[in-house]
Amino acid sequence: MTLNEGAVVKEPGSSKINKTGSWRTFRPIVTDKCTGCRICEWYCPDSAIKVKETGGKKKAVVDYDYCKGCLICVGVCPQKAIEQEKEKR
Amino acid sequence: MAKNVVEVAAAVAEAVKLCEPKIIPVYPITPQTHVSETLAKMLADGEFDGEMIRVESEQSAMAACIGAQATGVRAYTATSSQGIALMHEILYIAAGMRLPIVMTVVNRSLSAPLSIWNDQQDSFSQRDTGWIQIHVEDGQEAFDTQIQAFRIAEETNLPVMICLDGFVLSHVFEPVKFLTKEQVKKFLPDYKPEVSLNPSKPVSMGTLGTPEYYIQFRKQLQDAIKKSKETITKVNREFASAFGRSYGNGLIETVNMKGKKSALITIGSVAGTARELIEKESIGLIKVKSLRPFPGEELAKACEGLESVGVLEKDISLGGNGALYDEVKAALYNLEKRPNVSGFIAGIGGRDISLNDMEMVIKKIKSGKEGTEWVL
Repeated sequence: MTLNEGAVVKEPGSSKINKTGSWRTFRPIVTDKCTGCRICEWYCPDSAIKVKETGGKKKAVVDYDYCKGCLICVGVCPQKAIEQEKEKR
Repeated sequence: MAKNVVEVAAAVAEAVKLCEPKIIPVYPITPQTHVSETLAKMLADGEFDGEMIRVESEQSAMAACIGAQATGVRAYTATSSQGIALMHEILYIAAGMRLPIVMTVVNRSLSAPLSIWNDQQDSFSQRDTGWIQIHVEDGQEAFDTQIQAFRIAEETNLPVMICLDGFVLSHVFEPVKFLTKEQVKKFLPDYKPEVSLNPSKPVSMGTLGTPEYYIQFRKQLQDAIKKSKETITKVNREFASAFGRSYGNGLIETVNMKGKKSALITIGSVAGTARELIEKESIGLIKVKSLRPFPGEELAKACEGLESVGVLEKDISLGGNGALYDEVKAALYNLEKRPNVSGFIAGIGGRDISLNDMEMVIKKIKSGKEGTEWVL
């Protein structure tokens, strides 16, 4: 981040520098029950979930660099496929 | 140009009109109303090109100023008392975002008890928000300083509030020399900010300041407002050479100081009352024009060699002293020979400060007393 007057960010994408994953208290864990329906991807307020395809199977993948652990994904998952675990530090 | 005998609030509106703000979000509050009502009439009559937003509160007025100014146009508002108190939260944001918004504060006391009358508690209590705060003494100074405010703001990227005493100044009729549109256009260049909100070149403003950065932005803002002293004095000088009028060095004004042992320090329209007596009483007068940035060094220099000074103000920092008294005292601490400093809390809630009151204050200052007292 550069110290532009008025905390102005002149180029987009600066939030990438700020890895908010360190704020997390609970970690969402996507289990094999995931069908890749993408509901969690849409709901994630940090855009930290992407559904990816590996070996013909779609599955939600959490980007732990930016996931703040709000656990909205756990709440919205229709398959109850996302579990939560306390972060150990 | 000929002098016009006008209500000072209308003179302020005329000055604002000449600076052509594009957006004027405003919420009515006494005694500021005559400023915004006059501007509304000017807009309705097509005297200048701008838009008034009738907002639902002063907090919204300042928020709308921020939004408008961020798009790269001049935004202006006026308020008083509870109005500026309600803006408090947003004042910090305007300064932190370095938006050169200009506001007129027509000073009025704060409730409770409810009072519509004049003192300066309302703007004094906003002195930590990062706004430049300049007080004026009479109608001509209000007109001239209002125009200077836009230059100062836009050259420093800091918001500026011009404060004038409610009723005792805002509602009186005085002869005021106006400037023409052409004169103001020459003095105040078009507003062209380096950064503004523009869909074809997106930016974010006033973003999140994590602990790594926030303190640095605060230091940057403090450095900027300290440095704005240079801009204020420069604009005062340039105004003088263009139009032949100046007010001290723009930060403080000293009157009748030569060979004097004592001085009265005050702020706002009450300086006019003091002028009536200073020669007869053989005392100097130091008028503080800029409360923020605080002209500490300038005051110390002006008070060098004096035996006693007294600070008369229409403000009380409840639980402390008059805010100006405390700041003056701190500014004089490093003088080799410190004068005695007395403080006088007067004129609160519209109580008149009569010549008799002023005479009593001057006598006490000359006696070298210390500490604060109320003029009741």
